[in-house]
Amino acid sequence: MAVPKRKVSKSRRNKRRTHQKLNTVNLIICPQCSEPHLRHRACPECGRYRGKEIIEFREE
Amino acid sequence: MRHRKAGRKLSRTSSHRLAMFRNLVTSVLLHERVMTTDAKAKEIRRWVDWMITLGKRGDLAARRQALKVIRDKNVVHKLFADLAPRYQDVNGGYSRVIKIGYRRGDGAPMSMIELVDFTGVEKKRRRKKKKKEKVKAEAAPVEEQKAHVEEEETGEAEQKVEEEVAEPEVKEAQVAAESGEVGEEKEVETTSSDSEEEQKKEE
Repeated sequence: MAVPKRKVSKSRRNKRRTHQKLNTVNLIICPQCSEPHLRHRACPECGRYRGKEIIEFREE
Repeated sequence: MRHRKAGRKLSRTSSHRLAMFRNLVTSVLLHERVMTTDAKAKEIRRWVDWMITLGKRGDLAARRQALKVIRDKNVVHKLFADLAPRYQDVNGGYSRVIKIGYRRGDGAPMSMIELVDFTGVEKKRRRKKKKKEKVKAEAAPVEEQKAHVEEEETGEAEQKVEEEVAEPEVKEAQVAAESGEVGEEKEVETTSSDSEEEQKKEE
């Protein structure tokens, strides 16, 4: 069976892993309630999208 | 290959899929606003357009075609009598999809699909936030305003931070982290560290 000849050095291993990274989430501040929310989505805090499209939340 | 084959399969057999879309399009026409997953909402748009186009044709053959899809006679009546006149001057695109967020439980991306002239307001129950969170939420807008002030006048903001105890600083850092704006975050960090150093000097 084919087997690696050498242990992969830390340097090589880390170089391979430079492309494994997380991207930051693109958040914007809701113009109505100034809470952060995802782009192209209704604001989960106030339920508005582009100023209207209201989902009214009733707190219990 | 599914090259150039339109439509989503949604992991269902064709009969299951057909049944589901018939139910969904009936619901959309009845309630005019429906919450569902992104994929289903996007797929149901074509069905809604198709039905409303039938409604606008308005003849008996169109009505029979609509009855083959829509499960409720009353909804077909509503489509031909009520919805069709509303869209007489509109050519297609009778529905609108707005992404809402992610479903609790399986994290499915959720959307809201509505007819474009829907004017009502969706009322949704939401659990009351815990006291701590509520306090935080109340404090958040104020502190964000402060963050803006910090951007403009860093000197004055530092003094404000100094006046407050250690707790608000932590909250402020949290708010900045949540907002995810790197600029703000950095500034808050620098100001808090500065004020900490100054506090040490005072001691």
